[in-house]
Amino acid sequence: MISRRDFLQVSMAASALVGASGFGNWARLAAQQSLTQGQLLEFETFGNVSLIHITDIHAQLKPIYFREPSVNIGVGANKGVVPHVTGADFRRLYGIADGSPSHYALTSDDFAALAKAYGRVGGLDRVATVINAIRADRPDAILLDGGDTWHGSYTCLKTQGQDMVNVMNALRPDAMTFHWEFTLGSDRVAELVEQLPFAALGQNIFDAEWDEPAELFPPYQMFERGGTKIAVIGQAFPYMPIANPGWMFPEYAFGIRDEHMAQMVEEVRAAGAECVVVLSHNGFDVDKKMASVVPGIDVILSGHTHDALPEPVLVGETIIVASGSNGKFVSRVDLDIRDGRMMGYRTKLIPIFSDVIAPDPEVAALIDEQRAPYLDEMSEVIGQTDSLLYRRGNFNGTWDDLICDALLSEREAEIALSPGVRWGPSLIPGQDITREDIFGVTSMTYGQAYRTEMTGEFLKVVLEDVADNIFNPDPYYQQGGDMVRTGGLGYRIDVSKPQGERISNMTLLKTGEPIDASRNYVVAGWASVNEGTEGPQIWDVVESHIRKLGTVTVQENTNVDVVGV
Amino acid sequence: MEISRRETLALGLGAAVLTMLPFRVNAAVEDSISAFTGGADIADGGVTLTAPEIAENGNTVPIEVSAPGAVAIAVFAAGNPTPGVVTFNFGPLAASQSASTRIRLAGTQDVIAVAKMADGSFAKASATVKVTIGGCGG
Repeated sequence: MISRRDFLQVSMAASALVGASGFGNWARLAAQQSLTQGQLLEFETFGNVSLIHITDIHAQLKPIYFREPSVNIGVGANKGVVPHVTGADFRRLYGIADGSPSHYALTSDDFAALAKAYGRVGGLDRVATVINAIRADRPDAILLDGGDTWHGSYTCLKTQGQDMVNVMNALRPDAMTFHWEFTLGSDRVAELVEQLPFAALGQNIFDAEWDEPAELFPPYQMFERGGTKIAVIGQAFPYMPIANPGWMFPEYAFGIRDEHMAQMVEEVRAAGAECVVVLSHNGFDVDKKMASVVPGIDVILSGHTHDALPEPVLVGETIIVASGSNGKFVSRVDLDIRDGRMMGYRTKLIPIFSDVIAPDPEVAALIDEQRAPYLDEMSEVIGQTDSLLYRRGNFNGTWDDLICDALLSEREAEIALSPGVRWGPSLIPGQDITREDIFGVTSMTYGQAYRTEMTGEFLKVVLEDVADNIFNPDPYYQQGGDMVRTGGLGYRIDVSKPQGERISNMTLLKTGEPIDASRNYVVAGWASVNEGTEGPQIWDVVESHIRKLGTVTVQENTNVDVVGV
Repeated sequence: MEISRRETLALGLGAAVLTMLPFRVNAAVEDSISAFTGGADIADGGVTLTAPEIAENGNTVPIEVSAPGAVAIAVFAAGNPTPGVVTFNFGPLAASQSASTRIRLAGTQDVIAVAKMADGSFAKASATVKVTIGGCGG
């Protein structure tokens, strides 16, 4: 019998065998500028079970640019630990050479220059090639989709997710869980889920009326692979009706429900599962806390917060694997399951360099088929950009600055608010901006750009409320997005303070005057979770603004003063 | 009207009293709990209170309480104008000492469950439930 001490030694030795999860290999090759598909896929098959994890694709069927964040602040116990490490600190932590492909894939500095050298990332036809290669090593590998799949592009919005269902089905996943999918509305979600030839999981998806597990979404699925039984438990995004419009899916309730998760773990263990995998859309810090609270989980495949980590994070005996977003990465997780437990693991975060990995011809054709009816309208060039346009970061991105400028000028507002979502591909300087690019950072089923009046006091409440959703020291009270983006409004934020005390020095940028708590301000924004929001669609507002500008230049944003880090 | 310095000070005092209000709210919940326990000591543990970390709708928050061996469980919402929410009484034939219901919360606050045990002792559990305007997601 193997003791807990032995287990840790075995698993640690296993990861050390391939030079820190196989990650060091391509980091070193990278320095020689000789990256090949074979090297990206190189993996010494380990144990008896393979998992393949992809998450938060946000409907990016084609290769894109995607800049990782330069600012990702952790608070409480997560201060200064991954994934809250960026840039040069991140490279030092993982031994990544400056200028290497892994520098480009995993960090943000010199992004525009490296993007020109290394090209686009992602593309589900390339992802298909990687999945096929893993299946060639291990035919019964389990492919798991962490959700945020049926949202985020022109074609996905127009087909209400059908394009993604068609292409993902061709990749033959074994299970998935959910978040933005629900913004298609509960009827459409049910219609699509019923067509899926694989399990739609969510132990925390409940019937809102009866507070019982929802029938359409089983909590888990058992798999018999590699001579053992593996249970995959789904965990959908816990805060959907709060972060997204609950009125679009009133039949469902969510929440973290870790007691129910613990019950499910016991149930699958009793049913003979030797390995328990949670396919999660909790976000990384929430997953870490859940791993420390719920006993008996071997692997958490973590999604939602879009973090890409070259090595799993170990919490007790649970490994947490974070596989990035937008089709940029696929994780391979090989497990040695014996004698009723996980004896070791070997993992690799595979970056999908689209110029290095050959597209799978069948899936490439299928993708083009989904896009063909919309190709003319979405390929139309609206303008050009002189600046790097990106979104990720806790406080602002240049895409959001552009969107806020569009709201201020097109909607004649004093202040603009743009949601702190983490999806949306980047554009590099010199690129055309097409209609598809605009939809890549704006498309959603509740994109109306409202124009309203808010008092200075209410604006502060909004900022404080959103800040607490990101910087509450207890991860269970976080929703996993970034700070609401502001246009025309500057402020100071002390991330170390409690709710109600973080925001100060609110300034109306147009006049330089402090925000007056009792005065009304004209505010334009989009993505309101309230039913009946009126206004033009945000993509039309942004398109009209970019057309007028012709060429977009976005200055560095210095309007948010961050302290207490 | 001309406001003298003395009057200004008095106004300032009024403001200070206003900011004391949260303490009065706490006192209100303490009074309610004392009314239930008769002022007896309350131990931590022995009660399970299940509540969402963030309420999906502050007007109807599902909660569940359970305390094996309890004869009654009272639930208090510390931040509501009237903190006392509900008291469940369990007779000797009750198969289990647990109950679930939905409560309305005026804002982010602690929910407290206090159980009266068969031997007359008291135990409690509490949970912070956040009520937020929300609006952004990954």
